[in-house]
Amino acid sequence: MSDSPVTRGFKGRRGPQGPASRIPPGQHLTTDFPVLSAGPTPPIDLASWSFELQDGDTTLGEWDWDEFNALAQTDVTVDIHCVTTWSKLDTHWQGVTIDTLLEAVGLAEPPGPFTLIHCDGDYTTNVPTEDLVDGKAMIATLYEGEPLVGEHGGPARLLVPHLYFWKSAKWVRSIVFGETDDPGFWEDLGYHIYGDPWREQRYAGD
Amino acid sequence: MPVTDAPRLQWQTAEVREIVEETPRVRTIILDVPSWHGHKAGQHIDVRLTADDGYQAQRSYSIASAPESDHLMLSVERIEEGEVSPYLAGEARMGDKFELRGPIGGYFVWTIATGGPLFLIAGGSGVAPLMAMLRHRAAQKSTIPATLLFSSRTYDDIIYRAEMERLAAADPHLKIVHTLTRGQPAGWTGPSRRIDSEMLVSEGFAPDAKPHIYICGPTALVESSARALLALGHDRALIKTERFGPTGL
Repeated sequence: MSDSPVTRGFKGRRGPQGPASRIPPGQHLTTDFPVLSAGPTPPIDLASWSFELQDGDTTLGEWDWDEFNALAQTDVTVDIHCVTTWSKLDTHWQGVTIDTLLEAVGLAEPPGPFTLIHCDGDYTTNVPTEDLVDGKAMIATLYEGEPLVGEHGGPARLLVPHLYFWKSAKWVRSIVFGETDDPGFWEDLGYHIYGDPWREQRYAGD
Repeated sequence: MPVTDAPRLQWQTAEVREIVEETPRVRTIILDVPSWHGHKAGQHIDVRLTADDGYQAQRSYSIASAPESDHLMLSVERIEEGEVSPYLAGEARMGDKFELRGPIGGYFVWTIATGGPLFLIAGGSGVAPLMAMLRHRAAQKSTIPATLLFSSRTYDDIIYRAEMERLAAADPHLKIVHTLTRGQPAGWTGPSRRIDSEMLVSEGFAPDAKPHIYICGPTALVESSARALLALGHDRALIKTERFGPTGL
């Protein structure tokens, strides 16, 4: 921004920045994996875990832990971008794509244009359906080949890496399809309704 | 919902008015922000620094000042491998200018109207947004019972120590407990270990009192404290967390 005042004494560290084409505006590269959650990490209980796909109030499909892990698995290597300005490159995940879930319940097309994602701890986030299908998103259960730990969202989190990482909701339990784009937890608290890092959509109005 | 129609949070130019050396590793930057429209205790801002060749770096910082304060305060710990914190915690001086926008975040927030008891748990520079809550409470002359359990490495690393002593001495409803994890001065009678379940019980409020709990600090402290509080029977909906990891800053 040409109208930004120069900060005397600030040079910038400009360490390894990675290819500019992979670091969205206002972001910086990190190699660790910071933990950011609004509340306590829920205890992992695989015996009572389930995942549900819903169309409004109608259940389309429900899987327990073993059934979910028996679904076709997909591996991805993606860059992730947190709204708090860190980006992490080449993260490796395994899980079940939303396409696979829709196929498993016998749907050729998703049942609605918008979704609200529900999680343990009453967290929600909204994602347009088109951002979840065609290989763009998965329910991830492995990170770098290991079971996803609780503080990073284990046993399962949504992974929708082309949006800011708060959309990749931890401790995910259901996807509810609907006709309207209803704001989730952070979206209701001033964060952007869509959250595209390349357009720097951090907060409402960006 | 009006969410999508909200006005954009604009970048504003802040000027460094004063700098306070809090500890060997932490400074408070006191800022003049001419068109600041106020905030709630617990909220944060984004800071953007611009080098003379146009290079920019952006990070988030919690606001340490009360909403009632005339100036915005940030308390920044120097992170050697950081990019913005070495400037703020080391290089910045009076009259320097940089941009910020906010306030941001509506969840990790406490106001008098939220009520109490108020139970604050902090590690290191994670105390900043919790100090904003205590300053807000003091500015409002609130008698809501409040306890801060604050983990620091050593006595000299206690951020806001003198102000905390003043606040607690003047207020029978406020208790501040320091634990020193890496070294204690001669004659130290307070706790000298990491925050644990026993300390949360002996210093904090019982689950029956339904305290509003705010935890901010390094991930390990936040995770273990929140887990212990859940096990003690505190309502998860009353436990709000914020992390200060090695990145972010």
